[in-house]
Amino acid sequence: MSYIIEAKQLHLYYGSMHALKGIDMNIQERKVTALIGPSGCGKSTFLKTLNRMNDLVEGLRLEGQVLYRGNDIYAPGTDVTQLRKNVGMVFQKPNPFPMSIYDNIAYGPRLHGVRKKSQLDEIVEESLRGAAIWDEVKDRLKKSALGMSGGQQQRLCIARALAVKPDVLLMDEPTSALDPISTAKVEELVTELKNNYTIVLVTHNMQQATRVSDQTAFFLLGELVEFDDTEKIFSMPKEKRTEEYITGRFG
Amino acid sequence: MRTEFQEQLRILRETVAEMGALCEQAIASAAHLLENCEEDLLKQMAKTDSKIDRMQRDIEHQCSRLLLLQQPVAGDLRRISAAMKMAADMERIGDQAADIAELSVQLAGKTPKSYPKMKRMAQMAVAMVTDSVSAFEKEDVALAQKVVGEDDAVDAAFLEIKDEVVKAIREEHADAAIWPDVLMAAKYFERIADHAVNIAEWVQYCVTGEHESSEHHFEV
Repeated sequence: MSYIIEAKQLHLYYGSMHALKGIDMNIQERKVTALIGPSGCGKSTFLKTLNRMNDLVEGLRLEGQVLYRGNDIYAPGTDVTQLRKNVGMVFQKPNPFPMSIYDNIAYGPRLHGVRKKSQLDEIVEESLRGAAIWDEVKDRLKKSALGMSGGQQQRLCIARALAVKPDVLLMDEPTSALDPISTAKVEELVTELKNNYTIVLVTHNMQQATRVSDQTAFFLLGELVEFDDTEKIFSMPKEKRTEEYITGRFG
Repeated sequence: MRTEFQEQLRILRETVAEMGALCEQAIASAAHLLENCEEDLLKQMAKTDSKIDRMQRDIEHQCSRLLLLQQPVAGDLRRISAAMKMAADMERIGDQAADIAELSVQLAGKTPKSYPKMKRMAQMAVAMVTDSVSAFEKEDVALAQKVVGEDDAVDAAFLEIKDEVVKAIREEHADAAIWPDVLMAAKYFERIADHAVNIAEWVQYCVTGEHESSEHHFEV
């Protein structure tokens, strides 16, 4: 089996702090991979290394490799803008730009050189449909995105990530700021999106990991303790530390 | 962490063990009644059976509540689902012991020659139930495996009694009416042993995550 993303002996340091300790992890294409673990375990740090979101952090040092479709993304000469187009990110808090819904979605494609209005219109509709929010916003595309509800804003951010036609979507606790109904919508969306995209999702919500992910990785103190099919992790984990965490014995 | 949940799991485990102890008591009483049909013990058994039924409902209620409120996973989920299945097996054991007690009324005063064998079957069944409950309390896979292995001996004993019954019906026309009851009592003990095997298999599932039975094998 070939993997879309491969981490090989990945070590990451923030100054003297050893935040990731030799992570080896292969992520399957068109699957949802959940990263779980207590706060500070390295799961978000790991997520951010996958599209070099950590680059500007001061004192950051990295050893090992992250391969995206076989290419080392930390190799000199890597086009980081292109990487982030291919490997998009959705953050914990919805962060729409202070502009219209339409312009939020068109922002990325314009940045990548799309100018034609008809083409942009098409991308905007396709992306909003892809994020299951088209019907809710199609009549107010020119209105400010800041007037939307939190759940709508998050789906808008997902649509914005889809607009540049990525390959992989990284999601950092995408529903932690949402109410249960918006959460359910985003979770359903994640399940639909995996037909076309690879999704890596950080979550603190165990039930969410069981509901939406195919594989689950458990991180603890910068180590990848266990990585397996989600059903295995939540029914019969191999590692005692995994069992203790998911059953709420610590963490 | 989750001390309240841990406490509730402990109570569940204790309730299951207590129900198991009542089942042991019920089978031992049923075996005793076949030899000495005492009215007091009969009354006592009816009470035990109702109590076993109530405990099954109590265990089911505890399990549903924990599933709903605690969303257990991994070992916790297995313990809770196994407890629910075990309670169902124990309830059947209680019913079958009560059925044997009813048969003892029909058989009172008669001493068919199969009694020693029946007594041995009863002892084996009681031991299997005791061991399966004890395996559950200690999460002892080896003990559970021992229970599973003992079923063949009980099945063999049942077949021996069945042969005797067939022979006796042929030869002892005068007393023929008691023999179907003897056969039924033996069958109940044989079923009780099967339920003990089920309980033991759920213990194995609790610990290993794998449930093995002759009909199907699945891994969760």
